[in-house]
Amino acid sequence: MSDPTGRAARLVCRNVWKLFGAGAKAWLAANGPAPSAAALTGAGYVGAIRGVDLEVREGEIFVIMGLSGSGKSTLVRCLSRLIEPTAGEILFDGRDLLAASEAEITQIRRHRMGMVFQHFALLPHMSVVENVAFPLEVQGVARGERMARAAKMVALVGLEGREGAYPRELSGGQQQRVGIARSLAADPELWFLDEPFSALDPLIRREMQDEFLRLQKMLHKTIVFITHDFDEAIRLADRIAVMKDGAIEQVGTPEDIVLSPATPYVEEFTRAVPRAKVARLRSLMRPAEGPAPARSLPETATVADAAPAFLDGAEEVAVTDAEGRTVGHLHRGAVVEIMLQG
Amino acid sequence: MTAAAHPAPAPRGRGLGRALALGAFLAFASWGAALLPWAFDLPRAWRAPFAGWLNQFVKWLLNDASFGLFTFAELTRFVSALLDAPYRLVLALLSAGWPEMGLPPLSWIGVIGLAAVLGHRAGGWRLSLLVAACFGFIAALGRWESAMLTLASIVIAVPLGVAGGLALGILAHRAPWFARAIAPVLDLMQTIPVFAYLVPILILFGFGPVAAIVATLIYAMPPMVRVTLLALARVPTEIVDLGRMIGCSNRQMTWRVMIPAAKDALLLGANQVIMLSLNMVIIASMIGAGGLGFDVLAALRRLDFGAGLEAGFCIVALAVAMDRLSQGFARLDLAPRTGPTWLSRHPWLTAAVAILALSTLAGAIWPAAGAFPEAWRLSSGDFWSRVMQEINVTFFDTLEAVKTALLLNLMIPVKRFLIGLPWLGVAALLGFAGWRLGGPRLGALTAGLTVLIAFTGLWDQAMTTVYLCGVSVLFAMLIGVPIGVVAAERAWLWTGVKAAVDTLQTLPSFVYLMPAVMLFRVGDFTAMLAVVAYSVVPAIRYTVLGLHGVDPRLVEAGRAMGCAEGQILRRIKLKLALPEIMLGLNQTIMFALSMLVITALVGTRDLGQEVYIALTKANAGAGLVSGLCVAFIAIIADRLIQAGAARMRARLGLAGGGAHGA
Repeated sequence: MSDPTGRAARLVCRNVWKLFGAGAKAWLAANGPAPSAAALTGAGYVGAIRGVDLEVREGEIFVIMGLSGSGKSTLVRCLSRLIEPTAGEILFDGRDLLAASEAEITQIRRHRMGMVFQHFALLPHMSVVENVAFPLEVQGVARGERMARAAKMVALVGLEGREGAYPRELSGGQQQRVGIARSLAADPELWFLDEPFSALDPLIRREMQDEFLRLQKMLHKTIVFITHDFDEAIRLADRIAVMKDGAIEQVGTPEDIVLSPATPYVEEFTRAVPRAKVARLRSLMRPAEGPAPARSLPETATVADAAPAFLDGAEEVAVTDAEGRTVGHLHRGAVVEIMLQG
Repeated sequence: MTAAAHPAPAPRGRGLGRALALGAFLAFASWGAALLPWAFDLPRAWRAPFAGWLNQFVKWLLNDASFGLFTFAELTRFVSALLDAPYRLVLALLSAGWPEMGLPPLSWIGVIGLAAVLGHRAGGWRLSLLVAACFGFIAALGRWESAMLTLASIVIAVPLGVAGGLALGILAHRAPWFARAIAPVLDLMQTIPVFAYLVPILILFGFGPVAAIVATLIYAMPPMVRVTLLALARVPTEIVDLGRMIGCSNRQMTWRVMIPAAKDALLLGANQVIMLSLNMVIIASMIGAGGLGFDVLAALRRLDFGAGLEAGFCIVALAVAMDRLSQGFARLDLAPRTGPTWLSRHPWLTAAVAILALSTLAGAIWPAAGAFPEAWRLSSGDFWSRVMQEINVTFFDTLEAVKTALLLNLMIPVKRFLIGLPWLGVAALLGFAGWRLGGPRLGALTAGLTVLIAFTGLWDQAMTTVYLCGVSVLFAMLIGVPIGVVAAERAWLWTGVKAAVDTLQTLPSFVYLMPAVMLFRVGDFTAMLAVVAYSVVPAIRYTVLGLHGVDPRLVEAGRAMGCAEGQILRRIKLKLALPEIMLGLNQTIMFALSMLVITALVGTRDLGQEVYIALTKANAGAGLVSGLCVAFIAIIADRLIQAGAARMRARLGLAGGGAHGA
């Protein structure tokens, strides 16, 4: 797979399988490489992950979206080997994690991976700052140093002044802020978030999504984000993988997925999504002809972002690339058409 | 308990099979004696001398067993020495003092003060007062020495029991093979009557407090292992994932993640260890634990009811104090206090040290502060004896009439009937019931255990146990279920009943004997009363639990259909609560069996008596064999009822039905 953005793949899955049931490894080796779902059920296995291939690239937010039982949580646990996959390869910077020894994988988890959990997984007997410092404590970092670093992390997620509080004294949103601070304490390169905002109220969820985007703008982590909420996926993702029954239905940018769903299943999700919020100018513009319009907008803006520019009756706006060069023109009619599609 | 007594409706084919099996059984029981006499009375020559084998094994253990570097006898002596040293220290502190150095023990005021400070730390002034009152009561009744003796054993046994249980639980959690290996041992430990393992311990460790501590450990540790396993298994998977994600080592995982996350459940387990230890230390007075248990035992032997009841009250006071204290600490948030001075950070420690220092000083100056003066003692023993005399004189005829009527009309006929049954027929019937309720494996288990009991040659005693247990459980259910039904409907009543039931459950089983024996002297009827009093608790508790667990939407639906309250209760609530009530029945049987063995002290003729006789003769083999027979009866009843409840749940579509679905 070539990458149009030119960013290197950090984490690569090749034909990863996870079957639950006794003797799954031997059975898969004998019946592989890709047994059908019916064959699995017939043999009494549950196919939690079925032949998943994916690539997570440097600095991107890669969202795995699926309904409950689709295998998304199992998949993210396979990526860090919390769950041992039955077959396949998981390459982190080209190195197969499945071939790593227990000691090696422990070192990788300690220093290069961080994880945020759906129900926060805060330790009830530790204060906020102790929870955040805990990964460093496990690594054997001296007390003064780890406390200083933890305090910095607590401040980063906006919880200054609550360092001494205990998890039960915090609201759900605050607890997840602690979970985020903890997952970042050891400065990991790979950041796993397993449905981090699903247990929160809708209003808090939105606030936390903004917070997450703010942090990512500063930190540029390589992120695998799990969610069952398609809107959340659209809102946060650079790229989305849609999962169903343990297999990946489609991988693509939010725009790709909404505008050209690959399967009827994916299309079901996209139906309620306003096209204007995902369609970007670069896919609607036409070649630049005629006089240069008065206004210009970046090609990565969505149609919904661009719409106000037409309010004063303009017929066209210029579309520019990252360097500010005009790459095309956007016509009023194209915008109206997209907006009318809902 | 036969399968035919099953009240629930069933498909016609199964009903027919059941009726046929029962008919065949009854026919065989009535007319089979002439045909197959050996099926009724196992010939003496066939009996397996299990007791002899076990005795030879114990003898071998004591004389010849060796682990290479050291012998088994040396090991037990080593364990004895290891337990003896700290026990002597605690005993000197609480009761004996150091006469050779001229040092007195802690004064009674000091110990009461210490208890009050602990109470304040764990639950504020209310708990502090309660605990102080409990200890004060013991001092006032003049049982201080005995109580301190009992307390010393507990102080040694509890930390060891908790630590040992925790260690085994952690090991079992980490290594599934170990968990599988100890599961049957834990099952057996919980069903085998306590007297039964007192005998081998008596032989291996000799008569005295150390043997009692060993017995207490063996008795109180299995529940802690179970609680630890359960608590660790219930730690949320996300917390476990977290620990692995941040790269915890095994040790960090256990001590920094799992144990703290399971803290609440573990502390409740520790509370259980404390209460079980108290129960066992009392019972272990039979092998030389001394203390309050010995006072009860001695009073029973002298038939001095006043003294026995008084000692019983002191046990209750000690039990209540220890239960509330440990529960208070379990609920406590043990975050360190912050403050500017040492005093403000450690107020309780300071208070405790001050009280101990002052009271010891006071004891040196003023003798009454050192040892509780004889002159202050309130003896209620005579009072109780007089009350009993009064009751016996006034109500003798009534009490005697009740006792005789029940004995003649219910207990003796049931006993005759059960003893007259052929062992082969019973084994076949229980096997059939097991097969029908839980499949061939359960059938083989129930039939096999029954045959095993027959081959020990203790069939008549076993049937006496079944009869006493059965009648007691019948009464316990007849009393407990209606109380549960009434209490479940009324919140205010349930608070009262719950408090009573909670307290009853903390009382050592010994305490129940005294009032029964005072009113009805020795015999089966007295034993039955004590067993009913002890085993009514689970009957009430599970009934309420079951009724409270009924889905309120179904009750609402019933009301919307216009059901009267009685109809709702009978047609909806009781039907749905039945599986839970069945488990209550199961627990009631387990409680009854454990109490039944202790009632051997009031002259029953069942397996418990066999165990007791073995204990007095120090015959380890006979004691263990009789004890195992009780355990087998418990296991048969437990497995059959569990299977029945599981089927019933599956039929009702409730959670936890599972594999036995019809």
